[in-house]
Parts: sequence; structure tokens; C-alpha cells
Amino acid sequence: MQYRRPSPRLWLARQTVIALTSLVLLAILGVSGGLIGGLPGGLVGIGASLALAVTSWFLERGRYRSWGYLERDADLVVRRGLLFHRLTVVPFGRMQFVDVTAGPVDRLFDLATVQLHTAAAATDARIPGLRSSDAAQLRDRLATLGEARASGL
Amino acid sequence: MPPGSSQAPALAGTWCRLHPLSPVVRIGVTVGAALVAGLSWVSGDHSASGRTVDTLVIGGLALLGVVAAVISWLVTRWRVVGDELQIDTGLVYRQSLRFPLRRIQAVDVVAPLTARVFGLAEVRVVSAGTGHHQHGRLAYLSNQDAAAVRAQLLALAHGLAAETPEPPALPLFRVDNGRLIAASLLRGAWVLVLVLVAVGVTLAALDPAAAGGAAGQSGSDAATSLISGALTGLLALGLDAARSVNGDFDFTIGQAPDGLRLHRGLLQKRHETIPYGRIQAVRLIQPLLWRPFGWARVELDVARQPEGRRQGEARQLAHLLAPVATLDQARWLVAQVAPGAPATLSRSGAPPRRAWFRAPFSYHYLSTWHDDRWLVTQTGRVRPATVIVPLEKVQSIRLSSGPLLRSLHLADLRIDTAGRRWVAAALCRDADEATALVGRLGDLAWKARRVSW
Repeated sequence: MQYRRPSPRLWLARQTVIALTSLVLLAILGVSGGLIGGLPGGLVGIGASLALAVTSWFLERGRYRSWGYLERDADLVVRRGLLFHRLTVVPFGRMQFVDVTAGPVDRLFDLATVQLHTAAAATDARIPGLRSSDAAQLRDRLATLGEARASGL
Repeated sequence: MPPGSSQAPALAGTWCRLHPLSPVVRIGVTVGAALVAGLSWVSGDHSASGRTVDTLVIGGLALLGVVAAVISWLVTRWRVVGDELQIDTGLVYRQSLRFPLRRIQAVDVVAPLTARVFGLAEVRVVSAGTGHHQHGRLAYLSNQDAAAVRAQLLALAHGLAAETPEPPALPLFRVDNGRLIAASLLRGAWVLVLVLVAVGVTLAALDPAAAGGAAGQSGSDAATSLISGALTGLLALGLDAARSVNGDFDFTIGQAPDGLRLHRGLLQKRHETIPYGRIQAVRLIQPLLWRPFGWARVELDVARQPEGRRQGEARQLAHLLAPVATLDQARWLVAQVAPGAPATLSRSGAPPRRAWFRAPFSYHYLSTWHDDRWLVTQTGRVRPATVIVPLEKVQSIRLSSGPLLRSLHLADLRIDTAGRRWVAAALCRDADEATALVGRLGDLAWKARRVSW
């Protein structure tokens, strides 16, 4: 069975966020470095911010690639995490409700996050970066499956 | 409406008020205390006019309290209709609470000291959920009415006829009060405080020998502050112990056809009923200081929200099967609620030896066991804790592994239930085994749910 992945737009969105924050950081570090230590100081500041940007780019890429979800017969499997691998299995019958959220950046890229809630507070089944139409479909499918297999507490 | 006769109509579907003495019980303590405090303050050293003003203020506040309690009593109505317990309350913010009886997790009868004086008790209906008003509170009813309401709610919750009398409970277990007191005194924190006292006393004893002077002075200061700190700690610990003794005194469990009956309390009596099949998890812990005596504590978890953030509330929440019992009794009790599941695990379910690098202090306790109905995991550093989860109650399964665990080819497995207090954690399992276990537990949980339905 093949894990399904978030939309590639999620990677685009993440890259955009990284680029924007890096630009701001570059300006701040470059200017403050230049004010403190002249030209070498400015170069150090710019170098540091570039290094940060590259590192976070790689980390985010790994994180983006690690996301995956799988709908099986009776449960949903979500996996994530680059350094700390996590895999969550939620039986359809245990879903209390499904949540679809979209932040400002998500909306810009037409993305949404689907989150599953069970009666256990510790459950963390979240699928980010789905196209909003896919997210709505997944939500409806999960809700139907949850209803069909619902069982009491 | 005369008390006593008022309850039958409410259970038959007519709106009724609570017991007329409820406001008295509700505000009795607060107003009494305020009056006493206020009077003693008023009778202090004040000018005559100031005294009158104070008296007026205090009297006014007390009157406000009384009026509020009476109004709250006047606007609160309740009844049982069909499959629902309905409570309407509130003057400014009207609130209509509906509790579907099939969703009831537990029914408690609580009688605080003030209520006991009047022969009253509060019925609390606990349902699963995450809102603020998840608890149907009927405060207060007379003792007989409370018992009748509980019996009927439980009968309805089980889908029986409302008139079904409360089935008699078979006494299952009784906690020895002497052992309870001893056990509540044997807390880890005591050791710390006693060490502090010992250090303080030693410092004080050594002080005169240090030939006085400035250095001696500071030494004695340190000793004094150490001792006073320790005394404060002792006081807090004493209060804590007293509270747990007060809460769990005369702890008895009965086994009735509809659930477990818990009775406990010294000043405040509590009667709790936990319907079978609502138990989300069972935990057996053996605190370090109890182990020489071979004592253990058995706790139950049901799907319920904390009732409030008030201090001491969290402790009362804990559904206990036994605040303290011998290990054999504890095992026997666990066998009563989880037949077929072992209460303590052997080393055969231990993780591979290399897990020692990840968990050197807890490796000797780590163990996991499961069959097609129960999952049992054991964790702990200084005190072993065994968590027993019925597979049909599994809400989600989580597998996680950080860099260190991955380099050892290990993974942690956590099983969540709707109880909000503990997760069953199978730590440091072999990675392949853990992955296989996720699939197997998922299937078993699915099958267990089918059977139980």
C-alpha cells in the first residue's frame, strides 16, 4: 500500500514562507552586522542568515517529504517527522469529529489541513497541505466512514 | 412541594425543583464563615460609625448570598424524560442541559459534611465530553431521593425499565483504614523533608562548637531557615495526607450487576457507580516506599473531564479501585475488572537488551503483553506502573522514534484511550516488532469492538 502525500503546493508554500522570513532576517542581520562591524560584519551577518535559510530549507524539505497518510479498511494511518518519526493509527470508528482548517498562507495557496479528533486528547492525527477540494472530500469520506463504524466510548 | 414526594414526578417526566433546603446547604458554610469573620472584625477596635457601616456591608453581602442561592434554587428545575436527564437552570443566563442516559459514564452521589447534617446529597451525572458543563449536578436531594435517582438513571442507562430497583451489591473489597493512614504517610516527599530537618538539626548542633562569631551566627541562621522550611513542608504534607485519608476513609467496593459501587469518605461521603464496560484503563502502581510492605494502588480511568481547576478536585476525580492494598489483593482486584489480564508482567515481554542504552534507569521495568482482549504495558523508574487497556477501548495508536531510538533500531508505542490520564506505553520495542504490533493491535482492536457490540 502506498502512502498518499500532501499536495506539492505545500512545498511551494513552505518555500515561500522560508524565502520571506530569510529576506527579513537577511536585512536585519546584514544591516545590524554592518553597523557594528563595518563591511566584514555585514558580510558575516549576511552569511549567517544565508546559512540559516539553507538549513531550514533542507529541514523543511525533509519534513515535507515525511508527511504521508493512508486510508486502510478500518483505520487511517498518518506518518510524519524528519528527526522524530511518528506514526498515528486512528480507527474510523473512534473519530469524534474532523476539522478542516486553513491559515492565511494556506488560503493563498488553496491548501487546507485536515485534523482528526478522537475522545483521547493525546491523539495527534493531522494531515496538512491538502488541496482544499481534496481536504473537503477527505473530510466527507472520513465522516461517512466514521459514522458507519462508530462505536460507543 | 413537600420533599420526598417531589422526586417521583420528576422521574416520571414532570419538572421539579431540588430539595428546599439546598440553598441553605449551598451557602451555609460560606455565609456562616463570613458572618463569624465579619463579626469578630466588627467587634474589634473601630469607631461606632465605622462599626455600623461594616455591619451593614457584611450583612448586605450575606443577604446577597442568601438571595442568590434562593433564586438559583427557584430557577433550577429537572426531570427525566424518555432517555434524557434534563436540567434547566440560570436566571440571567438560562442554561438547558440534556444528558442522554445511554452516554452516561458514571453516576456519583456526593454528600459533603454540611449536606449530611440535613440528610441531603448531591447526584452527579458524568458523561464523556470536553465542554465545561459536562456534569449534570443535582444539588441537593434528600438521601432516599438521591439513591432512587441514581438507581433509576443507571437502570435507564442500561436500557432497563425505569422502575428496576437498584440491584444489591456484592461486597468485593474493603480497604483497611490503618493501612490507609500508614500508606498516606509513606510518601516520597517525607524523606526529603526529614533529610532537610536532619541537616538543619545537625547544623544547629554543630553551631555552638564552631566557637560563635559571625560565621556561627550565619550558620545558625541557615539552620533556622532550613528547619522552618522543613516545618512548612511537613505541614503541607500532613494536610495532604489528611486530605487523602479523609477522601478514601472506609473505602469499600461492591460488585453489582450494573457496575462497580465505590463508597468512601470520612467527612464527605461519596458513592460512585462505574458501569461495566465504561472502564477505559486500569493502572497498578507500587510506590517506592510502599514496596517493603508489599503494597500497591489500583486506579481506574473512565472517560470524563476534570470537574474543575480547584485544588483537591483532581484527586477526587481519580477513580480508585483501591487506595492501598497488598499486591495479592491488587492482583485479585485487577482480575475482577480485567479477567485474563496479568496485573504484573514477567520479563518475557521485556524489550531487547540494547534498549538499556536508551532507558538505563527504567529498563528493568519495561515490559509489554497482549492477547486479543487486553493490552498490558509496564513502565517506571522508581515505581513500576502497569497499565491495562481493553483493546476495544483503543482510540489511537502512536508509533514514534527519535534519532537515538532509530540508531538502536527501536521504537516507542503508545496506545491512547478516552480516559485522559494515562496512556499505555510500550517503550523501546524492536522497530520491526513495533511496526508489526501497530498493525496487529489495530486489527485486534477492530475485532474486539465488533465483539463488544
